[in-house]
Amino acid sequence: MTLLNELATPVVMGILLGGLYAVIALGLSLVFGVIKEINIAHGDLVILGSYFGYVAMTVFGIDPILSLIIGMPILFGIGFVIQKYLLNRAFKISMDATLIIAFGLSLILQNTYQLIWTPMARGLTTSYALESFSAGPVHVPLIYLLDFVAAVLVMLFIHQFLKRTYLGRAIRAAAQDRKTAHLMGINTDRVYAYTFAISMALAAVAGVFLGLTFSFTPISGMSFLIIALGVVVLGGMGSIVGTFVGGIAFGLAQTLGGYFFGVAAQMLVAYVMVLVVLAVIPRGIFGR
Amino acid sequence: MPEETLLKVSHIDVFHGSFQALWDVSLEIKPGEIVAIIGANGSGKSTLLDAISGLVHPAKGSIEFEGKNISALEPFRIVDLGISQVPEGRMVFPDLTVLENLVIGSYNHKARSKREQNLQRAYQLFPVLKERKNQLAKTLSGGEQQMLALGRGLMSDPKLILIDEMSLGLAPILVNEMYRILREIRDRGITILFVEQNVRRSLTEADRAYIMEVGRVVLSGDVAKLREEEKVKKAYFGT
Repeated sequence: MTLLNELATPVVMGILLGGLYAVIALGLSLVFGVIKEINIAHGDLVILGSYFGYVAMTVFGIDPILSLIIGMPILFGIGFVIQKYLLNRAFKISMDATLIIAFGLSLILQNTYQLIWTPMARGLTTSYALESFSAGPVHVPLIYLLDFVAAVLVMLFIHQFLKRTYLGRAIRAAAQDRKTAHLMGINTDRVYAYTFAISMALAAVAGVFLGLTFSFTPISGMSFLIIALGVVVLGGMGSIVGTFVGGIAFGLAQTLGGYFFGVAAQMLVAYVMVLVVLAVIPRGIFGR
Repeated sequence: MPEETLLKVSHIDVFHGSFQALWDVSLEIKPGEIVAIIGANGSGKSTLLDAISGLVHPAKGSIEFEGKNISALEPFRIVDLGISQVPEGRMVFPDLTVLENLVIGSYNHKARSKREQNLQRAYQLFPVLKERKNQLAKTLSGGEQQMLALGRGLMSDPKLILIDEMSLGLAPILVNEMYRILREIRDRGITILFVEQNVRRSLTEADRAYIMEVGRVVLSGDVAKLREEEKVKKAYFGT
């Protein structure tokens, strides 16, 4: 009974944290599933979302979550431009070219963050970010619960968008068969630009909730990119449900790994699980 | 009116990299016709359809649709103008439902406003699609997938529909049914250009035909005349 009581907190924390990981990974998964690009810069773009929330809070005194009303459209627009004028052109040369450009983008972003915000760690410290709640044997920070609620809302919204709108259906069609999508009258270049734009709007959400949960530095993007890749490997590329389940699996592996083997080993446990899944079911849990 | 040309392909050369797939190919279609392109595998039939659809662009020559040069246009612009292609191997979107596949066919802006009307037309022609509208396309049989591909092709509200190897891999009874529907589609005012390996069948179903060999048109004309051509008889009917 005591073990169960003691396990309750890491299990709940793992699931809630998994929601945040899923939101971080969703944009990466979407871009890979539709455009087949591995966006190496995704982590840094998430951190761009974090810094956006930081500026909104410290300079303009706007609540970071509320600032997403402006942050999401801005990052959406930047994403549209990056894909339309940079990656779509590279895409026509080769897949490697998009990888190299995304890597270059990652370096440029990291160095820009250093120039503007210095290498110092920042965080989005709001009053509610510091609160925690208890239910029976479970004690978790309130922000973890907000992360999870945000994750569920984002996943539901993207799912409905892909299912119900013309653009959503076109995105799914282009993901499944590019040539036939052309024959349906779909301008795939434009669909790809919108897909990347949506991925960036998701990065804005992910960045703000990441900043509310953890502190971040100009180079934090890389570690969250690696987590996102792990989540996507677990869940299967391009699947929303898969990304959600993958995020939770990753979160659980981390918190339970930390509980049983110590905090120093928690990420090791998570990555070993990713390796095992990669070896046993390379397509991921929900992969096609 | 009846003598005007809907589609005019003039002396096009098409390359796949350094390989020349089409040599000086010309073709004309009038409104309301059913025209067949006949030839063996690798004779360039599909490439010709892809050139009309804008998936590949000719290095030389021109393609005109209703008097407008379309040879350099992107595929989605050509769909807008009223040319739809039903690709070889059906190529339905496997993880979309039957209804979603049909709806995606009406993606271009002109077709969206006529979506319900065209959906009813597709259901009338292929009642099985209505029964299975909520199933994933990959769960359909081969024949049903071909019906879905054809129904989807009609959703863009085309004036001209290009159909690539419709009868490939279908049971003979189903092939008969598909050709009956093809005539019905024509009776509804849509011009048809189809590609076929089955010479005998094409020369009975079409009004006119073009016979292709290794990237060139070698014979063309009314099917009744083509059936009597010595060369056709020898090469394809073995007499």
